[in-house]
Amino acid sequence: MSSTEPFLVVEDLTVRFPTEDGLVTAVQDLSYSVEKGKTLGIVGESGSGKSVSSMAVLGLHDARTARITGSIRVDGQEVVGLNEAGLRKLRGRQIAMIFQDALAALHPFYKIGGQLAEAYQVHHPKATKREARRKAVEMLDRVGIPQPDRRVDDFPHQFSGGMRQRAMIAMGLINDPSLLIADEPTTALDVTVQAQILDLLQDLQREFNSAVIIITHDLGVIAEMADDVLVMYAGRGVEYGPGKEILTRPQMPYTWGLLSSVPDVRGDTDSKLIPIPGNPPSLLNPPTGCAFHPRCVHSDKVEGDLCVTTMPAFEQGNTGAGHLKRCHLRDPEVIFEREVLPVIAPELLEEK
Amino acid sequence: MSNINLDTDPERNPENPETRHAPELAKPGDVSHLSFAEIAAQGHGATRLDPDAPAVLSVDDLKMYFPVKSSGVVRRTIGHVQAVDGISFEVPRGGSLGLVGESGCGKSTTGRLITRLYEPTGGSMHFGEDRVDLAKVSNRAMKPLRRDVQMIFQDPYTSLNPRHTVGSIVGAPLAVHKVVPKDKIKDRVKELLEVVGLNPEHYNRYPNEFSGGQRQRIGIARALTLNPKLLVADEPVSALDVSIQAQVINLLQELQAEMGIAFLFIAHDLAIVRHFCPEVAVMYLGKIVEIADRETIYGSAHHPYTQALLSAVPDVKQAAVGGRRERIRLEGDVPSPINPPSGCRFRTRCHLAQDICAKVEPPLLQIGPRHKVACHFAGELGDAPRTPVTAGLLGVDGQGSPDPSVTPEDIATGPGYEKRWFDVKSRQMVSA
Repeated sequence: MSSTEPFLVVEDLTVRFPTEDGLVTAVQDLSYSVEKGKTLGIVGESGSGKSVSSMAVLGLHDARTARITGSIRVDGQEVVGLNEAGLRKLRGRQIAMIFQDALAALHPFYKIGGQLAEAYQVHHPKATKREARRKAVEMLDRVGIPQPDRRVDDFPHQFSGGMRQRAMIAMGLINDPSLLIADEPTTALDVTVQAQILDLLQDLQREFNSAVIIITHDLGVIAEMADDVLVMYAGRGVEYGPGKEILTRPQMPYTWGLLSSVPDVRGDTDSKLIPIPGNPPSLLNPPTGCAFHPRCVHSDKVEGDLCVTTMPAFEQGNTGAGHLKRCHLRDPEVIFEREVLPVIAPELLEEK
Repeated sequence: MSNINLDTDPERNPENPETRHAPELAKPGDVSHLSFAEIAAQGHGATRLDPDAPAVLSVDDLKMYFPVKSSGVVRRTIGHVQAVDGISFEVPRGGSLGLVGESGCGKSTTGRLITRLYEPTGGSMHFGEDRVDLAKVSNRAMKPLRRDVQMIFQDPYTSLNPRHTVGSIVGAPLAVHKVVPKDKIKDRVKELLEVVGLNPEHYNRYPNEFSGGQRQRIGIARALTLNPKLLVADEPVSALDVSIQAQVINLLQELQAEMGIAFLFIAHDLAIVRHFCPEVAVMYLGKIVEIADRETIYGSAHHPYTQALLSAVPDVKQAAVGGRRERIRLEGDVPSPINPPSGCRFRTRCHLAQDICAKVEPPLLQIGPRHKVACHFAGELGDAPRTPVTAGLLGVDGQGSPDPSVTPEDIATGPGYEKRWFDVKSRQMVSA
């Protein structure tokens, strides 16, 4: 194990899919890293490339059609271009994924226990059926399913939504993976169940010291779970840094837009809900310059038509180390504090 | 008829409209020319409460039981799902009431009862100035009333017929109710499309040519066609992306302010409900457990379930502190509505539950000028009383057994608020 590099390193990842209408660039020049025991949150709208990039980490894209360049290293091992046999060893063993829709991700014809045991036996060929079953019961117990020795013989439809999601997590963790990718793990769930699942994820992460990637559009979940945050727009990273930095001193108008378009359950009732105008761009022929400029309401503060002509570099802003942003604005923190905060969260300003 | 053959229109963008960054979405004009100040001026704060508004809808003791049939050839009824079991509330004219709760608590059933997509098992729903009881009218008599009560559905992908054009979808209510002559329908539809921020030129397009947010606008336009007095919005934004959610919420707020429409807003997102609804009812397993104005529900909720729900909402501001917020952990799942727990339905998951909770069902008791709660141990978070506050009122002792020495009081259970209420601190009836 290389001691210097983080567990997962993604460098200049680009994923393109040929379609009838042309080449779709779903992810472009994306770089991030996650260390063991840390959580990375990836935020963005649908179609921003968050799921595509994490599926690439698992090698889930069809190698015949998807064009993937760049580098993905899991524990020092290169994943891009790895053959199917090599990928199969990684999947489920070192990297596991939790999908959003647990009912669709579990096979309706097989018992929960059988599906869990299979995931174990694939990577432990010497294990007997009884051992695998015992392991399945143990994992169900671990994720808080009541009467696991009995529920192990249930079918997925006999579980409630929250229990299914727990069973998915149990399946993902049965081989103690070092990297867990949770793609919208709580989106379809009620807030109370969501809180239980998030608690569970955090407890298990602490126990196994695994690296976790949470993909979500809920900034509240990000705020409570993530150490680092990556904001994606139109296939590119647009802001990346420590969670606290990103959510308290965001520097990119898209992140401002995300923050201003969700009401806060404890905020001032005078704070306004300000949507991001328009819709996400087509990845078939993305806008020139900054991909966000057609929807950006701050581009008038940039001199000339820089936003329309030139793609901003993904570089460090003037706040702190490790806070990257992709924007031409010169003094984003001044704009955020003077213009945006008073409208979206007046009470925060008074505290300062 | 210039816009029938849209395909030859040079204006028409050849790229996939699903992902087009749509300047057409906002009112005509390019969005990129708007500055932040202009966009901010179009945003809205939370909707305010009008305490004197008369009720447009009063629901009293509404019940909906779905029969459960046995399997086999003879399908006997072996039980009932008590989806909605005796709820009472009022929706003020031009105001909005939020209905929140976990999935399966009966909030969507309530919405479908009010629009009479289901016929209620019991109770009444008095609507409008004539106080017509929607629960009793026949389907034929209901038809003219449907003009006044309309619905916005959750999923904009399944609630629009893919084989009808936008024009015929939005125009259908006009044709059915014959409110405008046939040749005027098109103009009215175009008007409506403009109201909801869509390009009227898109009259002849099909739903698949629109993005999720735009489709939801089509659904809203259809609901507005007949100038309804009450709109039942069942999770109107939960299928949309966050940035689009805000657009739709702002649109609904504008429409409400302009047209004076009352909303029954059903959602599970407590933050959206807080923004949109000055009054909120919390449901659990077919019952309303707490109903109050926004400030009371979000500031000083007295029911342990409301408190648990609120504590479970992830908070963006937590980023400044780091780590997770302290929360009340609810154990287990919601019990089956076929066989709900005796007494208080929440007692199986409640950390305050005592013997009385299993024996006596707590009434929905008014404990403030605009605050009702159904709990024997109602109190602010962390300050719940040790003995049941309701014992004296119900004529029972602290364990819930009948106490002959106390005469039970008559508790108002109607939909509105009374001038006198029971103060939980002093345990006496007080008035304003």
